[in-house]
Amino acid sequence: MLSAVLGLGLIGLVAAIALGWASKKFAVEVDARELAVNGVLPGVNCGACGYAGCSGYAAAVAKGEAAINLCPPGGSKVVADIAHIMGVEEQAAEAQIAVVLCQGDQSKATQKYIYTGMSDCNAANNIADGPKQCQGGCLGLGSCVTACPFDAIEITADGLAVISRERCTGCGKCISVCPRSVIRMTPASATVHVLCNSHDKGAVVRKYCEIGCIGCNICKKTVPDAFKIDQFLAEVDYAHADDAAAAIDKCPKNCILDFNNAYPDGSQMKPVSMAPTAPAATRAGKDLH
Amino acid sequence: MDHQLYMSSSPHIHSGESTGAIMRSVIYALLPTCAVSVYFFGLDALLVLLLCVARCLAAEALCCYLSKQPLTINDGSAAITGILLALNLPASSPWWLALFGSLIAVTIGKQVFGGLGHNLFNPALVARVVLLISFPVQMTRWTAPNPIGSGVDAMAAATPLGEMKTAVMLKGQLPPLAHSSFGDYFIGNMAGSLGEVSALAILLGAAYLFKKKVITWEIPVSYLGSVVVFGGLMWLIDSQIYPNPLFHLLTGGLLLGVFFMATDMVTSPITRNGMLIFGVGCGVITVLIRLFGGYPEGVSFAILLMNGATPLIDRYTRPKVFGRVLHKA
Amino acid sequence: MKQKTFFGGVHPADCKHYSAAKAIEVCPLPEQLIIPLSQHIGAAAQEIVSVGDRVFKGQTIAKATAFVSVPIHASTSGLVVAIEPRPHSSGKFLPAIVIEADGEDRWDPSLEGLDVALWNSDELRQRIQDAGIVGMGGATFPTHVKLSPPDDKPIDTLIINGVECESYLTADHRMMVEHSEKIIDGIDILRRVLGVKRAIVGIESNKPDAIDCMTKAAETHDITVQALEVKYPQGAEKQLIDAVLKREVPSGGLPMDIGVVVQNVSTVAAVSDAIRLGRPLVERVITISGPAVVDAKNLLVRIGTPMQYLVEQCGGTHYELDKIIMGGPMMGQSQLSLAAPAIRGTSGILLFGHQDLPHIELTTCIRCGRCVTACPLHLLPATIASYAILGMFDEAEKYFAHDCMECGCCTFQCPANRPLVQNLRYAKAGILAKQRRS
Repeated sequence: MLSAVLGLGLIGLVAAIALGWASKKFAVEVDARELAVNGVLPGVNCGACGYAGCSGYAAAVAKGEAAINLCPPGGSKVVADIAHIMGVEEQAAEAQIAVVLCQGDQSKATQKYIYTGMSDCNAANNIADGPKQCQGGCLGLGSCVTACPFDAIEITADGLAVISRERCTGCGKCISVCPRSVIRMTPASATVHVLCNSHDKGAVVRKYCEIGCIGCNICKKTVPDAFKIDQFLAEVDYAHADDAAAAIDKCPKNCILDFNNAYPDGSQMKPVSMAPTAPAATRAGKDLH
Repeated sequence: MDHQLYMSSSPHIHSGESTGAIMRSVIYALLPTCAVSVYFFGLDALLVLLLCVARCLAAEALCCYLSKQPLTINDGSAAITGILLALNLPASSPWWLALFGSLIAVTIGKQVFGGLGHNLFNPALVARVVLLISFPVQMTRWTAPNPIGSGVDAMAAATPLGEMKTAVMLKGQLPPLAHSSFGDYFIGNMAGSLGEVSALAILLGAAYLFKKKVITWEIPVSYLGSVVVFGGLMWLIDSQIYPNPLFHLLTGGLLLGVFFMATDMVTSPITRNGMLIFGVGCGVITVLIRLFGGYPEGVSFAILLMNGATPLIDRYTRPKVFGRVLHKA
Repeated sequence: MKQKTFFGGVHPADCKHYSAAKAIEVCPLPEQLIIPLSQHIGAAAQEIVSVGDRVFKGQTIAKATAFVSVPIHASTSGLVVAIEPRPHSSGKFLPAIVIEADGEDRWDPSLEGLDVALWNSDELRQRIQDAGIVGMGGATFPTHVKLSPPDDKPIDTLIINGVECESYLTADHRMMVEHSEKIIDGIDILRRVLGVKRAIVGIESNKPDAIDCMTKAAETHDITVQALEVKYPQGAEKQLIDAVLKREVPSGGLPMDIGVVVQNVSTVAAVSDAIRLGRPLVERVITISGPAVVDAKNLLVRIGTPMQYLVEQCGGTHYELDKIIMGGPMMGQSQLSLAAPAIRGTSGILLFGHQDLPHIELTTCIRCGRCVTACPLHLLPATIASYAILGMFDEAEKYFAHDCMECGCCTFQCPANRPLVQNLRYAKAGILAKQRRS
């Protein structure tokens, strides 16, 4: 009995000494600043910064190779923290979030054919350019949902992708997978958007979508600074969008939406009651710590 | 609106087989065994069967509801798990044993992995092993068969394998055969769990599965073959201690395990060579446990161990791709 | 005759009884022909006529723009009324030359056959390219490219593909029964081009009359006719070579790497017409079939005839259509409408109603392994598909996703009704995108 205890105790002691020595001998030199930066990053490894995960970005920042404001999920708080660690000036970039510029779900937009197969927008787009008649419209098969690391996107019952303004951190993964380029990065402070992505002439759009922009210019005539028209499609000029909401009631197709008041039809999301001056990203970042 | 056409990627025709149809075939194949077990063990058996099936369906429904996924009990896999679990239990199982087992089988055996198609281990066997280790007394309270109408009351008895193990351990040699011929073993007139006893019923079911092409020859042949070879080898070495291979084949849960559990598609390899290796592995481990292990029956453990090895087996038995030299894993 | 075959494959219902016994009928000329500039693998042709030009039947109206490209010809004499995007079988609108038939159907007078005395490999190959001949089994690969193996790849066998393994299709079958002499002549010409002696015609044993006709016609020409077991995809190049010669085309390689060239019987017949009569490829036999069509037929169709017209020639449909397929049901393309025209690679047009299509419930993969048994290339489709869905393209590549020929055997067998071919295509696209980025 005693020999067993002594024997095991000795083995334990030897192993402990060996491990302690090994951890000192094979320790990897890490820049203390890199560790600190890694500590303040959200840890989601979404890749929006362009580096391989948060640790990759932290290493680049510590070496001085990367700008300190490349982390959208982290928001301005993380920029401030990194600036503090690295001892540099803060360079806050304006928070951005993604918006799906389309409201044409299956109840409002016509389909060319009935699609059966893989539930992926890129796969469906390869078959006769996608099931939707409108070539710019959202296909609603969920490639963006799969790509989003923050679970910020829902597909409504009628097949439309809608992004939550609270959960979106502006990482941009959804934009890179969307085959229709219908998702756009917009300033987080902007709540009014023209939800249409079709450059077809008005008469053509009317045939395939009840709620698509026909390029009638009424919004621009109502609030000239806030809108720009390009090839029969209106778009909010986010730099001067303060009064854009005034055009909402004037739009004959109801394609302008103020996300302060409502999300597109069919969405389960509720608008935030307060104006989102604090970037949405910080809230997401906080959840993750 | 104009009538719209369907468009999809090729191919546009289908063989007509469906998951639901395969599951239904398995259930039909299990019916002879269920019927025989009710005949031999009476209403107790029927109760165990019904309880297990109902509870498995309920457990799966609950899991689907909790994880907010669409209901999947219609695909039939929960019902099969229920039947197989019941067939692994003694007829004298208390009601709570069946309930607890069903819960384990469906939740831990299947749903936590992601549901149908994602589980690593055979759910019914996971439950059986958990019950065996947690409640060894209840799980080994075997009763002798009391066929309906024979007027014999249920009474406790040892299974042939149990007798063998005890006799070898205590006396150092095999007991005399409890029955004069193998005929009784074949039809099912022996003690055991609901599904262990009747080789005839199981083989009927297996024949149906072969005909419907639900199972293929690789696993049954390699499993049974390796049992016969290994068991036979040991029998040749010393027939006083080691029973002959036919005894191995007809007793215990071997036939049920071979045709209904080792061949479970989800938990067995998908390549042909992989299936053969799987079968041989199961057979060797089964005989090892039966002859040298602590438990009288080794089928459940053997299959579970090989289930765990399945991804590895799949990885190393990838077929040679057309037009390439033998690939390196 | 001994039947040979290959490993794997599936057995879809034959369904050739709709049209196998029907002799080829000449389809009347429609009013307008829509001839796309892109009907083949390789660079699209470029038009050399303008709106308002009068053209003859067989006149070159678009020139080949690269080595892997062929010219396009007018399928009848008439007036060029438009050169603009028109419906195409791919579901997109692609540039096409629209010709209004003048009803006279006059051949281009400058076309003439090549004197046998002038036959040499290069001249024959040039004629074949000028005639716009492409693989008519559906692949539409320019034939002259197939017939131009580099010097370090000697050819010893010519295999003629008379298998037609897809369900419903009987165009090649009827060609072999009714035009066996022309096919044999074409084989002789191709043997001259390639300088090979050995020629084998592979025919599935569900066409006994075709086997008889071809065997009789081949008697004095030293051409073997080989009966093959009925299995899909016996007509795929690699599987055909494997069955007939027991040679495997290396992955990523071509049949010429193992000394073989494979040609479809209809292509071979077109070669004969091109060399003997100087006629380019302006018409072909197409099977219009399917449970929904009133009168299934094998029609001799001018390239550019809208599918709608062909269906009308067959008496229309019994009931509302749910799917239109150009090609066979295993590898064909579903169509957006009947507006697109028949082109050089169109072997069949199949019409299905709602009750004719499979409606199997989609479930998760149950790892049954049927796809593994069915795959003629010995891949693991279920595994590759799962990786593709997860976006793990590196792993998909390790499982040789690129070797997949999209024959559809795996999807046909899958009890869970997973769209495996589509998943595999997605995997291939993902792998290519990754390679391009790095």
